[in-house]
Amino acid sequence: MGITIAFWILAIVGVIAALAVVLLRDVFRAALSLVLCFLAVAGIYITLSADFLAAVQVMIYVGAISVLIILAIMLTREVQRGSPSNRLQIPAFIVAILFFGGVAFAMLNTPWPVSLAPPLEPTTSALAGLLFSEGGFILPVEIAPILLLAAVLGAIALVREK
Amino acid sequence: MAIGLEHYLILSAILFSIGLYGALAKRNAIVILMSIELMLNGVNIAMVAFSRYIVPLLLTGQVFVIFIMVVAAAEAAVGLAIIMAIYRSRETIDVTKINLMKW
Repeated sequence: MGITIAFWILAIVGVIAALAVVLLRDVFRAALSLVLCFLAVAGIYITLSADFLAAVQVMIYVGAISVLIILAIMLTREVQRGSPSNRLQIPAFIVAILFFGGVAFAMLNTPWPVSLAPPLEPTTSALAGLLFSEGGFILPVEIAPILLLAAVLGAIALVREK
Repeated sequence: MAIGLEHYLILSAILFSIGLYGALAKRNAIVILMSIELMLNGVNIAMVAFSRYIVPLLLTGQVFVIFIMVVAAAEAAVGLAIIMAIYRSRETIDVTKINLMKW
């Protein structure tokens, strides 16, 4: 019962915050509501008993990516101009609605093989076993730091003063 | 009414659609990047929901979410750096005015 109430509250807060991101004219307020949406998604992870992912979501998205976005907003003087829509506003709305309709139709009409087993808790040690053990995901784990290194070097090279 | 897999999937579809609208209809490049982050979060919710309800003991979806977060962090860093470089050279981040490579 508690999970149900928590899910509805978090879902409504998340959807309203996401709508505020695309509808508010003030870019800075849009960024702040994006942070609220990230927090709601972290709560959704907790209702899905993904405790490690909720912590990672708070650290990476709420902590790091939002700071990066707010810093970029501060460094560009586009704040006064707000976030207007381009000429494609109505076609974009139609495309989004059609996409949502198609995906929701497919999701609700697929017979998912739902398992009734209780979820694994806590997930941290199981995730570590999956990520670092043999036969797990050790190769992507080895590739991910190379991607991060390339991203950091690329970001530094792009914003460096000539 | 108990919360099931479909509730989470519909929530993820709503977040993805909102992000899709924002990415298509906005002029400010930073707002477009924020919309892309919204889309990635919607996908992550679907991944974790599948992992929780279909294979509750394997956690494969949660591992995928970790890799999506890695790629999203790299994408945000490089994307915002590109936006800063464009702003420095052209004094605007309005994507309708950045048409140097438009045919």
